[in-house]
Amino acid sequence: MLIYILKRLVYVTPVAIGVSIVCFLLVHITPGDPLTAILPSDATQELQDQMRAAYGFDKPLPVQYLLWFWKVVHGDLGTSLATGRPVASEVGRAVGNTLILAATATLIGFTFGTFFGFVAGYFRDSWLDKLASAISVLGVSVPHYWLGLVLVIIFSAQLGWLPPTGAGPDGSVAWRPDPEHLRHLILPAITMSVIPMGVIARTVRALVGDILSQEFIQALRAKGLGEYGVFKHVVINAAPTALTIMGLQLGYLLGGSILVETVFSWPGTGFLLNAAIFQRDLPLLQGTILVLAMFFVLLNLIVDVVQTTLDPRIQRT
Amino acid sequence: MKMLKRIAITMVAMVAAVASASAQGTLRIGMTASDIPLTTGQADNGGEGMRFTGYTVYDGLINWELGSADKTSDLAPGLATSWSVGEADKTKWTFRLREGVKFHDGSDFTAESVVWNLEKLLNDKSRQYDPRQSAQGRTRIPTVSGYKAIDKRTVEITTKVPDATLPYQIAWIMMSSPAQWEKVGKSWDAFAKAPSGTGPWKLTLFIPRERAEMVPNKDYWDKSRVPKLDKLVLVPLPEANARVAALRAGQVDWIEAPPPDAVPSLKQAGFKIVTNAYPHNWTWHLSRVEGSPWNDVRVRKAANLAIDREGLKELLSGLMIPAEGFFPPGHQWFGKPQFKLTRDVVQAKKLLAEAGYGPNKPLTTKILISASGSGQMQPLQMNEFVQQSLAEVGIKIEFEVVEWNTLISIWRAGAKHDSARGATGMNYSYFIQDPFTGFIRHLQCNLAPPAGTNWGYYCDPEMDKLFEQVRNTFDKTAHAAVPGSRTSRQSR
Repeated sequence: MLIYILKRLVYVTPVAIGVSIVCFLLVHITPGDPLTAILPSDATQELQDQMRAAYGFDKPLPVQYLLWFWKVVHGDLGTSLATGRPVASEVGRAVGNTLILAATATLIGFTFGTFFGFVAGYFRDSWLDKLASAISVLGVSVPHYWLGLVLVIIFSAQLGWLPPTGAGPDGSVAWRPDPEHLRHLILPAITMSVIPMGVIARTVRALVGDILSQEFIQALRAKGLGEYGVFKHVVINAAPTALTIMGLQLGYLLGGSILVETVFSWPGTGFLLNAAIFQRDLPLLQGTILVLAMFFVLLNLIVDVVQTTLDPRIQRT
Repeated sequence: MKMLKRIAITMVAMVAAVASASAQGTLRIGMTASDIPLTTGQADNGGEGMRFTGYTVYDGLINWELGSADKTSDLAPGLATSWSVGEADKTKWTFRLREGVKFHDGSDFTAESVVWNLEKLLNDKSRQYDPRQSAQGRTRIPTVSGYKAIDKRTVEITTKVPDATLPYQIAWIMMSSPAQWEKVGKSWDAFAKAPSGTGPWKLTLFIPRERAEMVPNKDYWDKSRVPKLDKLVLVPLPEANARVAALRAGQVDWIEAPPPDAVPSLKQAGFKIVTNAYPHNWTWHLSRVEGSPWNDVRVRKAANLAIDREGLKELLSGLMIPAEGFFPPGHQWFGKPQFKLTRDVVQAKKLLAEAGYGPNKPLTTKILISASGSGQMQPLQMNEFVQQSLAEVGIKIEFEVVEWNTLISIWRAGAKHDSARGATGMNYSYFIQDPFTGFIRHLQCNLAPPAGTNWGYYCDPEMDKLFEQVRNTFDKTAHAAVPGSRTSRQSR
């Protein structure tokens, strides 16, 4: 097992380097000069050149990359162009806020997704299945920024029950799970949970249907195992695949949603990315994408390890 | 008529929707910026930045008069009580400073503070040099070449050439506290969290991208401007619908720039929509490079007569002022234009026919636009509206849509540059606070790229003479008259 984990860790290294190259280049391909956003619109050529040199944008791209990479491996993600603050602290705070949102959305999405999936899978082709499937298809298909806006219109603008923006009455500083902060969390968390809920429900439904139609289930029932006992077997067999899907979904959620976080002005990574894109804040953009990509890589690693623990056959392949 | 641009200049109306207004208590403002603007003195985020973290926490030597909503604001004494230019040497300016002004940290404001602040922007060898404030402030004072403290209350500023617009330039420069900068460890990052100026508000809380809080400076030197509120809260809400939602849910009391289609429902819900003219133009900046159809005055006139500005105003729920010149009618620099910008399709067609165009030979040309961008309002809908207006008289416009930051780069590069992609105009919106930002930077011959932002290479020696006059007319009343005569010239 330890060797397996070590092997996986070794595989992560080239992926991480690849990711760093891609996210460095991606932001350089985008149109627009990174200095445009921070200089007044009629800045002189001399001032532009001076700023370009000060931020190192006058060097060739490979050199810029190596300088950046060198700093990154030393834990320095650079300084934001737009704010002059260290990227690491900006991303750190945003990741914390996104984690709160993602954890809540995960809890809602995974619980309901698994529940609907099992119900639909167990009672295939019944009206229960149709209802659960309809909900999950809706979850996957509804654009979540649209859903967010509709929820805001109903619950904030019309009914006035829940606040539509921000992470708390005084922003995200000193966030704690008290009623006032939780009220701010409800709408964005529900909006974010809808897609994973749909995806997980559909996956679990297919898995459960598939497992139930296999011969070993018949054998278990023939041996006289009760329905609860059979259910446990179904869960164990469905778990590895479901976990992979959940891992991926968790990855998406942790990445924060640019759209949902912007609609709700939630100060997480998506909101930060949105601001960084519009301000052409390259260091911030690179840093945020890198951190999120590494999260994804790390999460895949964890899912793989958990999967192997659940199903030792995977280790051999 | 010597108009360069003006196809669809509209003054953006300043719009704020207000939930309730009371003399005391907390006012929470939903800003359109995506971050709290720079708090160290020289704010970023353009006019919005100066409005919220510049003029609140800081003062300039010269301030803008902000006491009346009904008349155009003019320069007013700030930290300097008076200023004058040398009798013999018109490049030497003397500023007399206000007595007894203290920074929020308790230290005294003196002539040394002024020199220190100019060094912060202009001298990259100085300890307090701040590249970020310099990037914002240096372009605002292009003619300043030297500065020194004569005594505790007197500062002398030297300009490269005689320039009567120096007071407008100086009004941009905010005074931060040298003592506070020393106290927080000589770091502008630390200063940003605990800033100290001389302004009517003191910043008490700063959470990047989320919130800033200010309380009144009860000892402010201008008693009429001591805030009556207990607290001011700034919340960045860049998404227009999120701003409206926050207002309707009572999270903020005031938002700026609601989307026009939300205005009727906000009014219906009892919100007060407050509008006023903004010093900001939404324009089609035309190219006057050889080969551009706009070089023909008849074509420019025809295009101006074709545009249904009232219809455009309706499209924006009334949130614009139809343009009649660079500055709105009634403004001290509006002048007496002889060509009136009204809608006259018949006359427009006639002018185009005279210029050699007609139903069989339509005028086709390309205009650069952006899909969004600071100050661009609703660029797609508005440009399509203008396009339709022009099509009615036989001017066929093709749009090339580029991203906003790219458009800014093209604007700087000029109409002759490859990046202009053969376009003969661009939809560009900009700030028009003073003669330089309002006219000169777009129209002076020697400010064509790369020297400046005369994108379209407009050049008229007569106009240049007027600009020279603006720079050399040091008497204030006469000064106000010159740009006006420039407008008259422009309309010929």
